[in-house]
Formats: sequence, C-alpha cells, structure tokens
Amino acid sequence: MIELDNVAYSYGGGELLSELSLQLAPGSFHFLTGPSGTGKTTLLKLCYGALRPTAGYARLFGQDVRQMGRDDIAMSRRRIGVVHQDCQFLDHLPLAENVALPLAVSGQPIASGDENLRELLAWVGLTERALALPPELSGGERQRAALARAVIMSPEVILADEPTGNVDWEMSQRLLRLLVELNRMGKTILIATHDLALIRAAKSQVPARVLRIVNRKLQAAGSEL
Amino acid sequence: MLQGDRASDRVVPPTGFTARLTVFVSAAMAFLAVFALALSLAAGRLATTWGDELARASTVRISAPEGQMAAQTSAALRLLQQTPGVDSARALSEAEQRALLEPWFGPDLPVDQLPVPQLIEVTETADGYDAAGLRLRLQAEVPGAVLDDHARWRRPLVAAAARLKLMGWVSAILIAGAVGAMVTLAANAALAANAQVIAVLRLVGATDAYISRAFVRRFTLRALTGSGIGTFVGVLAVFLLPASGETAGFLTGLGFKGWHWVVPLLVPPLASAVAFAATVVAARRVLGDLS
Repeated sequence: MIELDNVAYSYGGGELLSELSLQLAPGSFHFLTGPSGTGKTTLLKLCYGALRPTAGYARLFGQDVRQMGRDDIAMSRRRIGVVHQDCQFLDHLPLAENVALPLAVSGQPIASGDENLRELLAWVGLTERALALPPELSGGERQRAALARAVIMSPEVILADEPTGNVDWEMSQRLLRLLVELNRMGKTILIATHDLALIRAAKSQVPARVLRIVNRKLQAAGSEL
Repeated sequence: MLQGDRASDRVVPPTGFTARLTVFVSAAMAFLAVFALALSLAAGRLATTWGDELARASTVRISAPEGQMAAQTSAALRLLQQTPGVDSARALSEAEQRALLEPWFGPDLPVDQLPVPQLIEVTETADGYDAAGLRLRLQAEVPGAVLDDHARWRRPLVAAAARLKLMGWVSAILIAGAVGAMVTLAANAALAANAQVIAVLRLVGATDAYISRAFVRRFTLRALTGSGIGTFVGVLAVFLLPASGETAGFLTGLGFKGWHWVVPLLVPPLASAVAFAATVVAARRVLGDLS
C-alpha cells in the first residue's frame, strides 16, 4: 500500500533519514518508535505525501510520489487517514462538521444528524460534544475527534503521530482499542510513539511490528519490548 | 457557482473587516467607472456631432464693390460647381443673411443698403475638396472671395473631444485593473490568514480546486455586491445631474443617452469577472507553494 524504497530525506544541510526502506502491507500493524527528533514525524509525512523524499522512491498505492500531482496527492489522502500530534481543525465549525469534513471535501456532504456520523461520534465517545467548537475541546477530545475524522472515509491506511501524546493512560488505552479494532477490520495501521507502555499493551492485543529509527535508519526492534 | 457550494463556502471562516473593505472599494470603483463611462460617451457624442457638422459645410465670403457683387458671386458659384469634392454651392438669400446678422444688429438693419458681403454655403461630398487648391483658384478668378473653411478651428476641438473620450476609456480600464489589484491583495491576505484552514483541508484530501472555490466564490460575490451598489449610486447621480436643455454644452451634456444607459449596467458583471480571475490566479499561486 505504502512503500518506501531506499528513501533519504534532508532538511537544508543535514540528512535526517537515509537508506530507509519500509513496506506497509494491507492489514499490518506497525509501531514506529525512537527518541524525539529522530524523524518519526518526517517518516510519516513521507508516507502520506506531505514530503517528497530527497533520494529513493516513495510509492503510495503503487504510484511514485514524485510523479503525482497535487490532485493525485489529494486523492490519495482520501485513502489515508492521518492523526497529527497537534490535531488541527476548522475552529469555526462544530466538531461534528469537522469530523465529517473529509466527506464534504470529497463531494459527499452529509447532514450533521447522519446516522453513521452519530455512530462514529459515539464510538469515540464524543456524542455530547458534537456541537462544541474545536477550541473548547480538551486535548484528549481533540485526539479522539482527529481519529474519528481520520477514519470517516473508511481509509485503507491510518497513520497516527503520537495519538496518545496529550491524554492520560486510561484514554490512551481507549484510543489504542479503537485502533486495534480498526486493524481487525482490515485497516493498515502505523503509529509513531515513544510510549513503550502503549506498545506493550498493544502487543497483547494484536501482532504488531515495532520499528525504531536508529542512526537515520529503520531497524526492527522487538525483543526488548 | 452562486448557489452551489455553500458547503465549500463554510469551510473558510467569515471575516467581517476585509469583507467590508472589499465591498467598499468595489463600490467606490464602480461609482468612478460609471463617471468615466459617462464622460467617455458624452465626449464621443460631442466629437461625432462636431465632426459631422465640420465635414459637411464651409463658407465662401465675397466682398466686392456694389457693381461687381453679382458678377463675382456667379463666377464663384460656377467655379465651385466645377470643383471636385463640392456637392453643392448656394448663395444665401438676403433674408437668410439678415437672419444671421439679426442677433448682433437687431431686426431693423437695412441689409440691402450696407456693403454686407455675400455668403455662399458650400456643402462638401464625403471625400471633401482640396481647400488649398480651391483658395488659389478663387484668388485668381474671384479676387473678392475668401474661403472660410470651418475645419481650421473646429478640428482641434474635435481632436480634444476624441482625446477626452479615449481618456475616459483608459480610466475605465485603469479602474478595472485597480479592482483586480485590490482583490488580489485581499485574496492573498485571506489565503495567508487562513493557512491553518488550508492545511487542514489538504490533510483531509481537499483538492486545490475545492479550496480555491471557497475563496473565489466569496470574493466574486463581494465584488458583485460592491460594484452593484456603486453602479446604482453612480447611475443615480448621473441621472440627477442638472438637465442641459437646448443649450447643451459640454459640461451639462455629461450623462448617458438612449442605449448608452445599458453600458453602466455592464460594470458589476465586469467587476465580478475581474475579481473572479484575480482570485483564481492568487489562489493558484498561493496553493501551489504549499505542500
């Protein structure tokens, strides 16, 4: 689905990632870990076409990112749900409309009282906050809303960057269960996190592979967890 | 575009202040455009009227001693009729000459007893005659005749009116350009102010066309509203200019006549078209620079 082949990425002078290869197969569950500043977010951005590799190839659904136009990238985003570390919303629209935004921009607007939307909001526990504006939400609520927005198009891949960064342990367990549930439905999941406890908790629920960025390269980390 | 895409319109937060400024500037520009058009069309009418009169007529004036007047007049008429480019030549009757003098000397002037020169009205064909050649031949054959070619003093006036008309159109074009520049600046500011909105929309899979539509629709509607108001006020102001009546001079003749009243109605659609194009270009440039 998403394939990085010998990819390098450098900001200005320094190379952040090099000779990095990664394949996200359908239905797989990956964790990406490593100290902050090692390029986890950059790697995710390479995976959804927000950045183009400075060397090597990145393929989204079989298409080379370098050959994709802006509209191709936009179309591929409809098949990839992204949850950012600092989730951003349209602050002037209520939460329900924000969650339904991917549908609106792809030309399939739904009413805010739509059954599927209500179910989705109930699933992330935000039914009561449906009419709240994003600035009124807590960090955990924002992250759940971002997750709901990421999955509303029923994407094939979900990329999450520190999805449990702003929430307490209980909430992070809930978010994890949501992601595991999505994985069981056949979605490909990649979570960047430095929360080892979260990874351990996940491994008891799902066969997850753990990757680590060491010295600008990707390594399989496993046994120590 | 006007009714569709309310959904895409909603994704950009409403901005009261720049919206009002855009509407205000559009209105002011439309008001000025209406006056520029009124000026241009009035000058055009004036140039046409003067040009027509000028092309048609000139006068030969014959001053001769009492006894030779008739002979010289008929000689001049004969000569004029043989001149290529002269459609007809006709000596004014005594009554007509008296009517011409009446405003200056009153109705009781005994014209027949005064050495008043004889006037010959010359009507030209469309091609006109060679004034210099005619003058030489008149000098040779009718020593008392003077050709009064109206062109000499009317031509500069016609040229001035034509130039005024041109300046009116140039003003209208500059106004359109200023509207485009204003909308471009406003759209750039709006796009910059909504960087986060654009980033969110890109993240959830919005195409550039969708994002720019939200901005384009907004600015086009603002320009349409503003220029509609400005045009209405401008047309009303032109309509309420003091009526000129019979003595239509240039200043009092400013305004629209007949089908020309339709011309200012083109201002709002044109302003909207300019705003549309300016926003499309601005959005394309700004979005193209984003990841």
